[in-house]
Amino acid sequence: MQTEFIIKAAEAIHHAINVNESEIESLDREIGDGDHFINLKRGCSSVLDIKEKISVLSAEEALNHIGLKLLSTVGGASGPLLASFFIAYSQSEKENNLDPVNQTSKSFTSGVEAIKKRGKASTGEKTMLDVLIPVSILLNKLANENKDPLEIIPLIKEVALKGVLSTRDMIATKGRAANLGERAIGHVDPGAKSCQIMIETVCDLILNNK
Amino acid sequence: MKKFVNNVDDILVESLNGFASAHHDLVELNLEPKFIMRSKKASNKVALISGGGSGHEPLHNGYVGYGMLDAACPGHIFTSPTPDQMIEAAHKVESGKGVLFIVKNYTGDVMNFEMASEMMPFKNATILTCDDVSVINSTYTTGRRGVAGTVIVEKVVGSLAEKGADLESCKKLGDKVNHRCGSIGVALTSCIVPAAGRSTFEIQDNELEMGVGIHGEPGRRREPMRDADSIVADMVNAILEDFELRDIKLCPDDEILLLVNGFAATPLLELYLIYNSAAKLLKTKNLRVVRSLVGNYTTSLEMAGASITLCILDQEIKENWDSPVHTASLRWGI
Repeated sequence: MQTEFIIKAAEAIHHAINVNESEIESLDREIGDGDHFINLKRGCSSVLDIKEKISVLSAEEALNHIGLKLLSTVGGASGPLLASFFIAYSQSEKENNLDPVNQTSKSFTSGVEAIKKRGKASTGEKTMLDVLIPVSILLNKLANENKDPLEIIPLIKEVALKGVLSTRDMIATKGRAANLGERAIGHVDPGAKSCQIMIETVCDLILNNK
Repeated sequence: MKKFVNNVDDILVESLNGFASAHHDLVELNLEPKFIMRSKKASNKVALISGGGSGHEPLHNGYVGYGMLDAACPGHIFTSPTPDQMIEAAHKVESGKGVLFIVKNYTGDVMNFEMASEMMPFKNATILTCDDVSVINSTYTTGRRGVAGTVIVEKVVGSLAEKGADLESCKKLGDKVNHRCGSIGVALTSCIVPAAGRSTFEIQDNELEMGVGIHGEPGRRREPMRDADSIVADMVNAILEDFELRDIKLCPDDEILLLVNGFAATPLLELYLIYNSAAKLLKTKNLRVVRSLVGNYTTSLEMAGASITLCILDQEIKENWDSPVHTASLRWGI
């Protein structure tokens, strides 16, 4: 991965989060505590603040800086979770040197594993992992099949969206919505939604760059 | 939204500056990263550090000082602080006997304090407070929320730490106090997170939210508004039932600390009325209220409503509750 792409992705994610403000906010007001959008926005801005600084770094160093920046600015649960993702992703980029698709799959999976460990959660708990785990599983499968990135991307977007929708009928057992019991049923998880937006944004960016 | 604000993004820093200058005899403010610490560093004691989202003032900044916390790390409104705050605060206040974190049990707070604990060079331990009985505990969920009982934990453990007790003893006492506390809150109106600019939840004039959380999270049930005695009875009974469920035996003549905490917009006039109602009810159950605290101690921005906390005392807890304390929001014996 190139640092230039990482910065473009950060800019695109910042834009996408802002565009989806009202949806993320209303989901979080329904079953969360109303701070998810604000925290994400703060995190995105803080990453753009260090744009110049990371532009001269290697991709893995840039990702590590992003992780640490998110850790010290986002707060809430999303801070440590997103930070863990980027720090582990960076670590995996450092340790491996595979072809782009297999490398992405490996690093993405390490990032997701780090979130699982930090959040002590898995699928079916009405969290961002309901998007991230299916995406990492699919990514692994397609990488093993040596699929072309252009074929992979629409499938990834589809599974991410399916993941978000799957949280609608779940009872939350992790995160702030866990206190709601059955009252959370019928509402999509805001953390899963914001993750899906970020994944879709990066997917579209890759497609547009081709 | 009608609030005293200049710029929404500056609320926290301007408020922290005000707090620190109003109480400059007691505390000092560090801005990068944000924490409040005692102006006179304590020596040779376990360093007590708490923190959490802002919007619950005086929790936790108002409890920094002699006999309570050594430092408090405020997060953004209703958002956990970040690990760099706790780590930097620890470097400032640690005095050789380790660091004890007092953390309210919310996913974000737990994770951020956990990362601080892993990244810090000092011996440390954590007390997780989870006194809110409205959330049914389960091994599969985040579990009960930490609410106003946290103030009692901070006061009692603060006293023991001031006497020079070691990290393990302080942690043990904190866990015991948390175990012997039960709280439940009721909201009459919603709070408004300034950056969001609108009510966190909708509630009608003839409704109350039983078991509300201190961020305006829903509780057990939406119920019809009714007379105070009936609301208070449901609250007290919920706490007592929870003690029973957790196998905490209450015996006749057990001594109780009764904390009636306002969420900010309910006047003291009503808080004392709630106290009166709860104390009378506890008397009929042969429980003796021997210590009390009434006021706004763990708030929820401008929410109207109140919580009741019962703490079952024993000699050790009572002694440490009574010992001198000098902070911006709790002061006695000194």
